[in-house]
Amino acid sequence: MSSQATATATAWEGGRSPYATNSKKFGMWLFIISDALTFSALLFAYTYSRVSNPEWPKPFEFTPAIIFSSVMTFALLSSSLTMVMAVHSMNKGDRAAAGKWIIATMIAGATFVGLHMTEWLKLINEEHVTPFQNPWGVPLFGATFFSITGLHMTHVVIGIIYLGIICQAVFRGKFKAEDVEVAGLYWHFVDLVWMFVFPLVYLMSARV
Amino acid sequence: MSAHAEEIHEHPAVGIPTFIKVWVGLLVLTGVEVLLAYLQVPTLIMLTALVGLSVIKGAMIIAYFMHLKFERFSLFLTLFPMLIFCILLMLIFLGDATRIPVMRPPS
Repeated sequence: MSSQATATATAWEGGRSPYATNSKKFGMWLFIISDALTFSALLFAYTYSRVSNPEWPKPFEFTPAIIFSSVMTFALLSSSLTMVMAVHSMNKGDRAAAGKWIIATMIAGATFVGLHMTEWLKLINEEHVTPFQNPWGVPLFGATFFSITGLHMTHVVIGIIYLGIICQAVFRGKFKAEDVEVAGLYWHFVDLVWMFVFPLVYLMSARV
Repeated sequence: MSAHAEEIHEHPAVGIPTFIKVWVGLLVLTGVEVLLAYLQVPTLIMLTALVGLSVIKGAMIIAYFMHLKFERFSLFLTLFPMLIFCILLMLIFLGDATRIPVMRPPS
């Protein structure tokens, strides 16, 4: 097909993008969908293990464990708001504000990771829960808990590094608004996954 | 760099008030979930309510924060029906999970 024909072809005939979006954003969406399937499979594995073990433990006391993880949820939800503000500022062409909002997002993300690590260390050192054994005699609890929250935390850490790279570029006048938006998509996805991990792993195992 | 002007993208439908409303909505729904955990609702009702609320929260994040509501509908149609279908297919295994406790030899 000649270039002139390409220009005049309809969207579904290979002309303009049928999604009216740039390829970076579409690529990130495809990654998000595949990653969503990974997390779905893990959460289903967790649910399967739980249903097949009627003696599944409920290790999370409402105070402090559930309150603690609720604060983590608050940090992550707020980081999504600051990320949206960064994209909004960047779309208006205000790079200084966008950079500051990205830094705020990174701080909220780092708070989440810090709190999460504190919680992990408490479980490992004080309650003797590891991926292979725990005092309640259901080793699958530790295996699924550390796999799911660990993979999620890895995503958050990668997100903080990703935002760091985007942030310095924004301050130096490099990268476009769409690059910040694509980073934002990834960050919101990490938040989205936590919206399923928090109820299924924590709240379902809460005791008062 | 910056020899060319910054591209300005504006979506009149979404602004800062919308983002704050969505954020508050997400916090309220999270609060409801935590309250359900505090009340120790029976497991099956709890699971249904939590998954339902989480799907609503997820949809709010995808629609507003991830901006999908303001993209072309074709993008949604390409990405989500198959995702939902694949996730629902995973439910097939859950029936097997209920069988395992019954099959276990008495200890």
